[in-house]
Amino acid sequence: MSAILAVIRRELTLARRIGAGVELGIVFFLILISVVPFAIGADQKLIGRIAPALLWLAALLATLLGLDRLLQADEEDGIVDHLQLAETPLMLVLAAKALAHWLVTGLPLSLVAPLLGLMLAIEPQAMLPLSISLLIGTPALTLIGLIGASLTVSLKRGGLLLSVLVLPLSIPTLIFGATVVKEAAAGRAYSTPLMLLAGVSLIMLVVAPLAAAGALRFARN
Amino acid sequence: METAPKPSLWLRLANPAAFNALANVLLWPLIVGTIAAFGYGLYGAFMTSPADYQQGETVRIMYIHVPAAWLSLFVYAGMAVSALGTLVFRHPMADVAQKAAAPVGAGFTLICLLTGSFWGKPMWGTWWEWDARLTSVLILFLIYLGIIALWRAIDEPQRGARAVAIMTLVGAVNLPIIKFSVDWWYTLHQPASVFRMGGPTIDRAMLTPLFVMGLAYLLLYLVLLIVRMKTELMVRRIERLQIVAADKQARQGGSR
Repeated sequence: MSAILAVIRRELTLARRIGAGVELGIVFFLILISVVPFAIGADQKLIGRIAPALLWLAALLATLLGLDRLLQADEEDGIVDHLQLAETPLMLVLAAKALAHWLVTGLPLSLVAPLLGLMLAIEPQAMLPLSISLLIGTPALTLIGLIGASLTVSLKRGGLLLSVLVLPLSIPTLIFGATVVKEAAAGRAYSTPLMLLAGVSLIMLVVAPLAAAGALRFARN
Repeated sequence: METAPKPSLWLRLANPAAFNALANVLLWPLIVGTIAAFGYGLYGAFMTSPADYQQGETVRIMYIHVPAAWLSLFVYAGMAVSALGTLVFRHPMADVAQKAAAPVGAGFTLICLLTGSFWGKPMWGTWWEWDARLTSVLILFLIYLGIIALWRAIDEPQRGARAVAIMTLVGAVNLPIIKFSVDWWYTLHQPASVFRMGGPTIDRAMLTPLFVMGLAYLLLYLVLLIVRMKTELMVRRIERLQIVAADKQARQGGSR
């Protein structure tokens, strides 16, 4: 357990030291949101309609951007080898890394989402569901990304390939997540998509660390 | 002398030479079968089968389109089995088969998408509709492309094979979820009503050519698979020989 905590602490420290901590993540979302009106015009109604999709795309982008460095830096300086030799199962270590990654991307986005939602003219009754759906759904994005990161770990420029591998798999998350907000904004019940979203996250919690650990191990021998 | 048990066919096929021998025996009958099935199927599809009372002559696209859709899923299932063969049984032919199958599967999926689009223009009045089935086939196509891209990115065949095997299995776990979510998303949207093909009862005059075409596609797949596997084995052999030759030259030539 202490090993897991150490991995999480190390990841968070690293994120802060290289200036990729929580603050930068929030600034990234803010910039992404501010660019939108320039691209589609300052039409409040239109923006309000596509806002849930925008915030979910922002979550997807932010997750993707950090992913190619999630394991690569550790691979380059040999830390991945040590993690494999360690007593703690590689699966758990990778899950801990994913958690740390989520703490600096998915979690801050979920928390500031209502604020961004105000700027994007989302209906007031959809604010809370928006936050909850991001809170429940972004772990799935990070975990799917973990699989992609471990498959492309040895490649010098794996970022583009990683996106090609990861994006099709994240479609269910996107569908259910955006639907929660859409249904809530229209004043309808949204528990079904929310539960399906939780289901996707739980499946990924089981599948992703297993697949990622397998990919890292097989990359060696 | 005969103490060791004779290895099973499955094990013997792990030897590229044994595989090649079997492939050479199978290849020509398969090619002849493919040509015959396509000949009979296409003749049935375009000549003898009736036009649909609603769709007219456009229904003939179905004979090209539907078998391609079947094969697009069948090939992926085969790749998932090969992936298990690579990871669990470590069969040396498994990753060769998988590498050979991926572009063929992507090709069938593309045929399915394109012919569907050609059919959609006269029938639905649009080349592309964000329909549940179209969308999930498109995603299947994207997953195929991702797998092919991963093969290309990793230059060592051994390592690449395992990475691709894991990606294929992850995709296989995800495909039902994606399919379900897209279906669910589509029923929420409730778009304009879409013509469905003939309903559950297709006349035998149409069903027979359809199944013959399905058989023809399957045989074509097997032919392409075997030829591509033979090619892949040859490519790997040439690479090995080149390395050996370069090594020999370096030893003889010294520091030259």
